[in-house]
Amino acid sequence: MSFDNAYEALGEYSDDTRWAFGTGFAEPLAGVDTSLPSGVDGELLAQYCLMLGDDALIMSHRLQEWVTNAPELEDEVALANIGLDLIGQARLLYARAGKADGTDRGEDRYAFFRDEAEFRNVRLVETPNGDFAYSMARLLVFATWRLALLHRLTASADQVLAAIAAKGVKEVTYHRDYAANWVVRLGDGTERSHERMQSGLDSVWPLVGELFVPHSIETRLSGVAVDPAALLAEFDEVLTQVIDTATLRRPQAAPLGGVSGRMGRDGVHTEAFGFVIAELQSVARAHPEATW
Amino acid sequence: MVSARAIAETVTDPELPMLTLADLGVLRDVSESDGRVAVTITPTYTGCPAMDTMRDDLEHALREAGYAEIDISVTLSPAWSSDWISAEGLRKLADAGIAPPARAPLAASGPIPLSLGPSVRRVRCPHCASANTEEVSRFGATACRALFRCLDCQEPFEHVKEI
Repeated sequence: MSFDNAYEALGEYSDDTRWAFGTGFAEPLAGVDTSLPSGVDGELLAQYCLMLGDDALIMSHRLQEWVTNAPELEDEVALANIGLDLIGQARLLYARAGKADGTDRGEDRYAFFRDEAEFRNVRLVETPNGDFAYSMARLLVFATWRLALLHRLTASADQVLAAIAAKGVKEVTYHRDYAANWVVRLGDGTERSHERMQSGLDSVWPLVGELFVPHSIETRLSGVAVDPAALLAEFDEVLTQVIDTATLRRPQAAPLGGVSGRMGRDGVHTEAFGFVIAELQSVARAHPEATW
Repeated sequence: MVSARAIAETVTDPELPMLTLADLGVLRDVSESDGRVAVTITPTYTGCPAMDTMRDDLEHALREAGYAEIDISVTLSPAWSSDWISAEGLRKLADAGIAPPARAPLAASGPIPLSLGPSVRRVRCPHCASANTEEVSRFGATACRALFRCLDCQEPFEHVKEI
Protein backbone atom coordinates (compact mmCIF):
# COMPACT_ATOMS: atom_id res chain seq x y z
CA MET A 1 0.00 0.00 0.00
CA SER A 2 1.76 3.18 -1.07
CA PHE A 3 0.42 6.59 -1.89
CA ASP A 4 1.84 9.85 -3.18
CA ASN A 5 0.51 11.76 -0.23
CA ALA A 6 -1.39 11.27 3.00
CA TYR A 7 -4.68 12.68 1.65
CA GLU A 8 -4.77 10.22 -1.19
CA ALA A 9 -4.34 7.41 1.30
CA LEU A 10 -7.30 8.70 3.29
CA GLY A 11 -9.56 8.77 0.25
CA GLU A 12 -8.63 5.30 -0.86
CA TYR A 13 -9.42 3.46 2.34
CA SER A 14 -12.79 1.79 2.44
CA ASP A 15 -13.47 1.26 6.14
CA ASP A 16 -13.81 3.78 8.93
CA THR A 17 -10.79 2.92 11.01
CA ARG A 18 -8.72 5.67 9.40
CA TRP A 19 -6.60 7.55 11.89
CA ALA A 20 -7.62 11.01 10.71
CA PHE A 21 -11.30 10.33 11.25
CA GLY A 22 -10.89 8.54 14.56
CA THR A 23 -12.53 9.75 17.70
CA GLY A 24 -9.62 9.31 20.02
CA PHE A 25 -6.83 6.93 20.80
CA ALA A 26 -7.33 3.27 21.46
CA GLU A 27 -7.10 2.25 25.07
CA PRO A 28 -3.35 1.78 25.62
CA LEU A 29 -3.54 -1.58 27.41
CA ALA A 30 -5.95 -3.10 24.87
CA GLY A 31 -4.99 -6.72 24.37
CA VAL A 32 -2.64 -6.85 27.38
CA ASP A 33 -3.32 -9.39 30.14
CA THR A 34 -4.30 -7.19 33.10
CA SER A 35 -5.33 -9.84 35.63
CA LEU A 36 -4.21 -9.08 39.19
CA PRO A 37 -1.41 -11.09 40.78
CA SER A 38 -2.71 -13.17 43.69
CA GLY A 39 -2.83 -11.45 47.05
CA VAL A 40 -2.58 -7.93 45.64
CA ASP A 41 -5.23 -5.41 46.63
CA GLY A 42 -6.48 -3.91 43.36
CA GLU A 43 -7.64 -0.70 44.98
CA LEU A 44 -4.20 -0.04 46.47
CA LEU A 45 -2.47 -0.95 43.23
CA ALA A 46 -4.70 1.53 41.38
CA GLN A 47 -3.78 4.29 43.80
CA TYR A 48 -0.10 3.53 43.36
CA CYS A 49 -0.46 3.70 39.57
CA LEU A 50 -2.11 7.11 39.94
CA MET A 51 0.88 8.40 41.93
CA LEU A 52 3.34 7.40 39.22
CA GLY A 53 0.97 8.36 36.41
CA ASP A 54 0.26 11.81 37.87
CA ASP A 55 3.99 12.49 38.27
CA ALA A 56 4.44 11.74 34.57
CA LEU A 57 1.40 13.66 33.36
CA ILE A 58 2.13 16.88 35.25
CA MET A 59 5.87 16.81 34.48
CA SER A 60 4.94 16.33 30.84
CA HIS A 61 2.57 19.31 31.00
CA ARG A 62 5.32 21.56 32.34
CA LEU A 63 7.80 20.34 29.70
CA GLN A 64 5.46 21.05 26.82
CA GLU A 65 5.15 24.65 28.03
CA TRP A 66 8.72 25.08 26.72
CA VAL A 67 7.61 24.38 23.15
CA THR A 68 8.01 27.68 21.23
CA ASN A 69 9.92 29.10 24.24
CA ALA A 70 13.13 27.06 24.47
CA PRO A 71 16.53 28.58 23.59
CA GLU A 72 16.99 26.43 20.48
CA LEU A 73 14.77 24.41 18.17
CA GLU A 74 16.66 21.21 19.04
CA ASP A 75 15.78 21.71 22.69
CA GLU A 76 12.12 22.26 21.95
CA VAL A 77 12.16 18.99 20.05
CA ALA A 78 13.98 17.28 22.91
CA LEU A 79 11.64 18.61 25.60
CA ALA A 80 8.57 17.73 23.53
CA ASN A 81 9.96 14.21 23.05
CA ILE A 82 10.63 13.79 26.75
CA GLY A 83 7.11 15.03 27.47
CA LEU A 84 5.72 12.56 24.93
CA ASP A 85 7.53 9.64 26.57
CA LEU A 86 6.07 10.68 29.91
CA ILE A 87 2.56 10.99 28.44
CA GLY A 88 2.99 7.45 27.15
CA GLN A 89 3.92 6.27 30.64
CA ALA A 90 1.00 8.16 32.20
CA ARG A 91 -1.46 6.62 29.72
CA LEU A 92 -0.34 3.09 30.54
CA LEU A 93 -0.39 3.75 34.28
CA TYR A 94 -3.90 5.25 34.16
CA ALA A 95 -5.10 2.33 32.09
CA ARG A 96 -3.53 -0.02 34.65
CA ALA A 97 -5.30 1.86 37.46
CA GLY A 98 -8.70 1.53 35.77
CA LYS A 99 -8.19 -2.21 35.32
CA ALA A 100 -6.75 -2.80 38.79
CA ASP A 101 -9.59 -1.22 40.76
CA GLY A 102 -12.21 -2.84 38.56
CA THR A 103 -13.88 0.45 37.58
CA ASP A 104 -12.49 0.22 34.03
CA ARG A 105 -12.21 4.01 33.98
CA GLY A 106 -10.36 5.28 30.90
CA GLU A 107 -7.29 7.46 30.92
CA ASP A 108 -9.30 10.62 30.16
CA ARG A 109 -11.36 10.20 33.34
CA TYR A 110 -8.18 10.34 35.37
CA ALA A 111 -6.46 13.14 33.50
CA PHE A 112 -9.39 15.47 32.90
CA PHE A 113 -12.10 14.77 35.43
CA ARG A 114 -10.38 14.63 38.79
CA ASP A 115 -10.03 17.66 41.01
CA GLU A 116 -6.84 19.09 42.41
CA ALA A 117 -6.95 17.20 45.70
CA GLU A 118 -7.40 13.89 43.87
CA PHE A 119 -4.05 14.21 42.09
CA ARG A 120 -1.27 12.27 43.77
CA ASN A 121 1.83 13.71 42.09
CA VAL A 122 4.81 14.96 44.09
CA ARG A 123 4.97 18.75 44.25
CA LEU A 124 8.30 18.82 42.40
CA VAL A 125 6.58 18.42 39.02
CA GLU A 126 3.96 21.14 39.43
CA THR A 127 5.99 24.30 40.17
CA PRO A 128 6.25 26.83 37.32
CA ASN A 129 9.10 26.33 34.83
CA GLY A 130 11.07 29.39 35.93
CA ASP A 131 14.10 29.95 33.72
CA PHE A 132 15.78 27.25 31.62
CA ALA A 133 18.28 26.55 34.41
CA TYR A 134 15.51 25.88 36.93
CA SER A 135 13.74 23.62 34.44
CA MET A 136 16.95 21.64 33.79
CA ALA A 137 17.66 21.30 37.52
CA ARG A 138 14.11 20.06 38.05
CA LEU A 139 14.31 17.63 35.13
CA LEU A 140 17.63 16.27 36.41
CA VAL A 141 16.16 15.67 39.86
CA PHE A 142 12.97 14.18 38.44
CA ALA A 143 14.62 11.90 35.87
CA THR A 144 17.30 10.68 38.30
CA TRP A 145 14.67 9.81 40.88
CA ARG A 146 12.25 8.27 38.40
CA LEU A 147 14.94 6.21 36.69
CA ALA A 148 16.04 4.72 40.01
CA LEU A 149 12.38 4.04 40.83
CA LEU A 150 11.44 2.46 37.47
CA HIS A 151 14.62 0.38 37.47
CA ARG A 152 13.53 -1.26 40.73
CA LEU A 153 9.92 -1.46 39.60
CA THR A 154 10.94 -3.86 36.81
CA ALA A 155 11.00 -6.50 39.58
CA SER A 156 7.43 -5.70 40.70
CA ALA A 157 5.13 -8.61 41.51
CA ASP A 158 2.63 -6.97 39.15
CA GLN A 159 3.67 -8.05 35.67
CA VAL A 160 1.96 -5.12 33.97
CA LEU A 161 3.68 -2.57 36.18
CA ALA A 162 7.00 -4.38 35.67
CA ALA A 163 6.56 -4.25 31.87
CA ILE A 164 5.62 -0.55 31.92
CA ALA A 165 8.69 0.14 34.05
CA ALA A 166 11.01 -1.82 31.75
CA LYS A 167 10.00 0.34 28.82
CA GLY A 168 10.20 3.49 30.92
CA VAL A 169 13.76 2.75 32.06
CA LYS A 170 15.06 2.94 28.50
CA GLU A 171 13.29 6.25 27.93
CA VAL A 172 14.16 7.98 31.20
CA THR A 173 17.84 7.06 30.79
CA TYR A 174 17.86 9.48 27.84
CA HIS A 175 15.93 12.13 29.83
CA ARG A 176 18.44 12.04 32.65
CA ASP A 177 21.41 12.29 30.28
CA TYR A 178 19.83 15.26 28.54
CA ALA A 179 19.20 17.21 31.75
CA ALA A 180 22.59 16.29 33.25
CA ASN A 181 24.41 17.54 30.16
CA TRP A 182 22.61 20.88 30.32
CA VAL A 183 23.34 21.27 34.04
CA VAL A 184 27.04 20.64 33.33
CA ARG A 185 27.08 22.95 30.31
CA LEU A 186 25.48 25.82 32.22
CA GLY A 187 27.20 25.19 35.54
CA ASP A 188 30.66 24.87 33.99
CA GLY A 189 29.97 27.66 31.49
CA THR A 190 30.25 31.40 31.93
CA GLU A 191 30.11 33.18 35.25
CA ARG A 192 26.55 34.24 34.49
CA SER A 193 25.34 30.79 33.45
CA HIS A 194 27.04 29.27 36.49
CA GLU A 195 25.26 31.68 38.80
CA ARG A 196 21.85 31.01 37.24
CA MET A 197 22.37 27.25 37.24
CA GLN A 198 23.29 27.36 40.92
CA SER A 199 20.26 29.45 41.64
CA GLY A 200 18.02 27.04 39.69
CA LEU A 201 19.36 24.09 41.65
CA ASP A 202 18.97 25.96 44.96
CA SER A 203 15.33 26.75 44.14
CA VAL A 204 14.49 23.14 43.28
CA TRP A 205 16.12 21.69 46.37
CA PRO A 206 13.32 22.20 48.93
CA LEU A 207 11.13 19.96 46.73
CA VAL A 208 13.61 17.06 46.78
CA GLY A 209 12.93 15.76 50.31
CA GLU A 210 9.36 14.72 49.53
CA LEU A 211 10.56 12.29 46.84
CA PHE A 212 12.00 9.90 49.41
CA VAL A 213 9.21 9.87 52.00
CA PRO A 214 7.40 6.52 51.89
CA HIS A 215 3.61 6.74 51.67
CA SER A 216 1.37 4.23 53.42
CA ILE A 217 0.19 2.95 50.03
CA GLU A 218 3.75 2.11 49.05
CA THR A 219 4.41 0.47 52.39
CA ARG A 220 1.27 -1.67 52.14
CA LEU A 221 2.14 -2.76 48.59
CA SER A 222 5.43 -4.36 49.55
CA GLY A 223 6.73 -6.47 46.65
CA VAL A 224 4.61 -4.55 44.15
CA ALA A 225 5.63 -0.94 44.86
CA VAL A 226 9.12 0.48 45.31
CA ASP A 227 10.14 1.93 48.68
CA PRO A 228 11.19 5.49 47.78
CA ALA A 229 13.51 5.70 50.80
CA ALA A 230 15.65 3.03 49.13
CA LEU A 231 16.30 5.34 46.16
CA LEU A 232 18.16 7.99 48.11
CA ALA A 233 21.68 6.52 47.90
CA GLU A 234 21.60 6.12 44.12
CA PHE A 235 20.04 9.57 43.71
CA ASP A 236 22.75 11.16 45.84
CA GLU A 237 25.51 9.44 43.94
CA VAL A 238 24.27 10.63 40.54
CA LEU A 239 23.52 14.16 41.73
CA THR A 240 26.96 14.44 43.31
CA GLN A 241 28.59 13.33 40.06
CA VAL A 242 26.68 15.96 38.06
CA ILE A 243 27.06 18.75 40.61
CA ASP A 244 30.82 18.16 40.89
CA THR A 245 31.33 18.01 37.12
CA ALA A 246 29.28 21.18 36.76
CA THR A 247 31.43 22.93 39.42
CA LEU A 248 28.27 23.68 41.41
CA ARG A 249 27.61 23.55 45.14
CA ARG A 250 25.22 21.03 46.64
CA PRO A 251 22.34 23.14 48.01
CA GLN A 252 21.60 23.12 51.73
CA ALA A 253 17.89 23.82 51.99
CA ALA A 254 15.27 22.46 54.34
CA PRO A 255 12.56 20.40 52.62
CA LEU A 256 9.27 22.13 51.92
CA GLY A 257 6.88 21.13 54.70
CA GLY A 258 3.43 19.69 54.27
CA VAL A 259 0.09 20.45 55.88
CA SER A 260 0.06 18.34 59.05
CA GLY A 261 2.59 16.14 57.29
CA ARG A 262 0.41 15.76 54.19
CA MET A 263 2.09 16.45 50.83
CA GLY A 264 1.58 15.86 47.10
CA ARG A 265 1.00 12.13 47.50
CA ASP A 266 -1.94 12.97 49.82
CA GLY A 267 -3.43 15.49 47.41
CA VAL A 268 -1.97 18.56 49.12
CA HIS A 269 -0.44 20.73 46.40
CA THR A 270 1.17 24.12 45.93
CA GLU A 271 -0.68 27.20 44.73
CA ALA A 272 0.66 26.78 41.18
CA PHE A 273 -1.07 23.43 40.77
CA GLY A 274 -4.59 24.84 40.41
CA PHE A 275 -3.47 26.78 37.36
CA VAL A 276 -1.91 23.69 35.78
CA ILE A 277 -5.11 21.72 36.27
CA ALA A 278 -7.24 24.57 34.93
CA GLU A 279 -5.24 24.74 31.72
CA LEU A 280 -4.99 20.98 31.37
CA GLN A 281 -8.70 20.29 31.93
CA SER A 282 -10.68 23.29 30.73
CA VAL A 283 -11.38 22.10 27.17
CA ALA A 284 -12.28 18.57 28.23
CA ARG A 285 -14.61 19.90 30.94
CA ALA A 286 -16.25 22.47 28.68
CA HIS A 287 -17.01 19.80 26.08
CA PRO A 288 -17.13 16.57 28.07
CA GLU A 289 -18.64 14.44 25.31
CA ALA A 290 -16.66 15.92 22.45
CA THR A 291 -14.93 13.72 19.92
CA TRP A 292 -12.78 14.82 17.05
CA MET B 1 -5.46 -17.00 -0.25
CA VAL B 2 -2.22 -15.39 0.84
CA SER B 3 -1.27 -16.30 4.39
CA ALA B 4 -2.08 -13.79 7.11
CA ARG B 5 1.57 -13.65 8.07
CA ALA B 6 2.61 -12.75 4.53
CA ILE B 7 0.00 -9.98 4.46
CA ALA B 8 0.96 -8.61 7.88
CA GLU B 9 4.60 -8.59 6.88
CA THR B 10 3.90 -6.18 4.02
CA VAL B 11 2.50 -3.44 6.29
CA THR B 12 4.91 -0.56 6.66
CA ASP B 13 5.70 1.71 9.58
CA PRO B 14 3.83 5.03 9.35
CA GLU B 15 6.86 7.12 10.36
CA LEU B 16 9.61 5.07 8.69
CA PRO B 17 7.74 3.92 5.58
CA MET B 18 10.82 2.27 4.10
CA LEU B 19 10.53 -0.37 6.82
CA THR B 20 7.83 -2.94 7.32
CA LEU B 21 6.58 -3.55 10.83
CA ALA B 22 8.33 -6.91 10.55
CA ASP B 23 11.67 -5.23 9.66
CA LEU B 24 11.23 -2.94 12.65
CA GLY B 25 10.64 -5.82 15.05
CA VAL B 26 7.26 -4.42 16.07
CA LEU B 27 5.32 -7.33 14.58
CA ARG B 28 5.79 -10.05 17.19
CA ASP B 29 3.43 -12.79 16.13
CA VAL B 30 0.79 -13.71 13.54
CA SER B 31 -1.29 -16.84 13.87
CA GLU B 32 -4.34 -18.20 12.11
CA SER B 33 -6.94 -20.66 13.25
CA ASP B 34 -10.38 -21.31 11.73
CA GLY B 35 -10.16 -18.16 9.65
CA ARG B 36 -9.42 -16.04 12.72
CA VAL B 37 -6.21 -14.05 12.65
CA ALA B 38 -4.40 -13.08 15.85
CA VAL B 39 -1.67 -10.48 15.51
CA THR B 40 0.61 -9.32 18.33
CA ILE B 41 2.54 -6.07 18.13
CA THR B 42 4.74 -4.18 20.60
CA PRO B 43 5.33 -0.41 20.85
CA THR B 44 8.79 1.02 20.24
CA TYR B 45 8.38 3.84 22.77
CA THR B 46 5.45 4.01 25.21
CA GLY B 47 4.30 7.40 23.94
CA CYS B 48 4.58 6.43 20.30
CA PRO B 49 1.45 7.88 18.68
CA ALA B 50 1.91 5.64 15.65
CA MET B 51 0.62 2.55 17.50
CA ASP B 52 -3.00 3.23 16.60
CA THR B 53 -2.10 3.75 12.97
CA MET B 54 -0.10 0.52 12.91
CA ARG B 55 -3.05 -1.33 14.36
CA ASP B 56 -5.43 0.18 11.80
CA ASP B 57 -3.08 -0.46 8.90
CA LEU B 58 -2.69 -4.12 9.88
CA GLU B 59 -6.39 -4.58 10.24
CA HIS B 60 -7.05 -2.84 6.94
CA ALA B 61 -4.48 -4.90 5.02
CA LEU B 62 -5.79 -8.18 6.44
CA ARG B 63 -9.39 -7.23 5.72
CA GLU B 64 -8.53 -6.30 2.14
CA ALA B 65 -6.93 -9.71 1.77
CA GLY B 66 -10.19 -11.39 2.78
CA TYR B 67 -9.75 -12.00 6.50
CA ALA B 68 -12.88 -11.04 8.42
CA GLU B 69 -12.00 -11.83 12.00
CA ILE B 70 -8.88 -10.04 13.14
CA ASP B 71 -7.67 -9.72 16.66
CA ILE B 72 -4.75 -7.35 17.27
CA SER B 73 -3.17 -7.37 20.70
CA VAL B 74 -0.30 -5.48 22.21
CA THR B 75 2.47 -6.91 24.31
CA LEU B 76 4.70 -4.70 26.46
CA SER B 77 7.12 -7.36 27.60
CA PRO B 78 9.87 -7.89 26.64
CA ALA B 79 10.36 -4.21 25.85
CA TRP B 80 11.23 -3.37 22.25
CA SER B 81 14.91 -2.96 21.48
CA SER B 82 16.54 -1.42 18.41
CA ASP B 83 18.42 -4.76 18.19
CA TRP B 84 15.18 -6.25 16.87
CA ILE B 85 15.43 -4.32 13.60
CA SER B 86 16.27 -6.97 10.98
CA ALA B 87 19.45 -6.93 8.89
CA GLU B 88 17.23 -6.08 5.95
CA GLY B 89 15.71 -3.23 7.98
CA LEU B 90 19.14 -1.84 8.86
CA ARG B 91 20.09 -1.86 5.18
CA LYS B 92 16.85 -0.11 4.17
CA LEU B 93 17.41 2.59 6.79
CA ALA B 94 20.93 3.26 5.50
CA ASP B 95 19.64 3.35 1.91
CA ALA B 96 17.09 5.96 2.96
CA GLY B 97 19.80 8.19 4.44
CA ILE B 98 19.11 7.30 8.08
CA ALA B 99 22.06 5.96 10.07
CA PRO B 100 20.99 2.61 11.53
CA PRO B 101 21.50 1.81 15.21
CA ALA B 102 24.51 -0.13 16.48
CA ARG B 103 23.99 -2.87 19.08
CA ALA B 104 22.14 -1.55 22.11
CA PRO B 105 24.18 -1.45 25.33
CA LEU B 106 23.70 -4.53 27.50
CA ALA B 107 21.66 -3.98 30.63
CA ALA B 108 24.01 -3.42 33.54
CA SER B 109 23.35 -5.32 36.73
CA GLY B 110 23.79 -2.32 39.02
CA PRO B 111 22.44 1.23 38.68
CA ILE B 112 22.23 2.56 35.13
CA PRO B 113 25.37 4.62 34.43
CA LEU B 114 25.04 8.30 33.61
CA SER B 115 26.61 9.40 30.35
CA LEU B 116 28.00 12.91 30.61
CA GLY B 117 29.58 14.85 27.80
CA PRO B 118 29.22 14.43 24.05
CA SER B 119 28.36 11.06 22.64
CA VAL B 120 31.46 8.93 22.15
CA ARG B 121 29.73 6.56 19.79
CA ARG B 122 30.94 6.87 16.21
CA VAL B 123 27.97 7.04 13.92
CA ARG B 124 28.82 6.72 10.25
CA CYS B 125 27.41 9.31 7.84
CA PRO B 126 24.86 7.54 5.62
CA HIS B 127 25.74 9.90 2.73
CA CYS B 128 29.56 9.76 2.53
CA ALA B 129 30.34 6.97 5.03
CA SER B 130 32.66 9.22 7.04
CA ALA B 131 32.93 8.44 10.75
CA ASN B 132 33.76 12.08 11.42
CA THR B 133 30.28 13.04 12.65
CA GLU B 134 28.79 14.74 15.67
CA GLU B 135 25.54 14.50 17.56
CA VAL B 136 23.39 17.63 17.24
CA SER B 137 20.56 16.44 19.45
CA ARG B 138 19.68 13.14 21.01
CA PHE B 139 16.03 13.81 20.21
CA GLY B 140 14.66 14.10 16.67
CA ALA B 141 11.42 14.25 14.73
CA THR B 142 10.18 11.05 16.33
CA ALA B 143 10.97 9.41 19.64
CA CYS B 144 13.23 6.83 18.03
CA ARG B 145 15.53 9.17 16.11
CA ALA B 146 18.45 11.47 16.98
CA LEU B 147 19.93 14.30 14.89
CA PHE B 148 23.54 14.15 13.63
CA ARG B 149 25.77 16.16 11.34
CA CYS B 150 28.63 14.96 9.16
CA LEU B 151 31.78 17.05 9.63
CA ASP B 152 33.20 15.95 6.26
CA CYS B 153 30.34 16.29 3.79
CA GLN B 154 28.51 18.76 6.07
CA GLU B 155 25.17 17.02 5.57
CA PRO B 156 22.77 16.65 8.48
CA PHE B 157 21.26 13.20 8.96
CA GLU B 158 19.09 11.20 11.30
CA HIS B 159 20.12 8.21 13.36
CA VAL B 160 17.86 5.57 14.89
CA LYS B 161 18.83 5.49 18.55
CA GLU B 162 20.03 2.40 20.34
CA ILE B 163 17.61 1.37 23.07
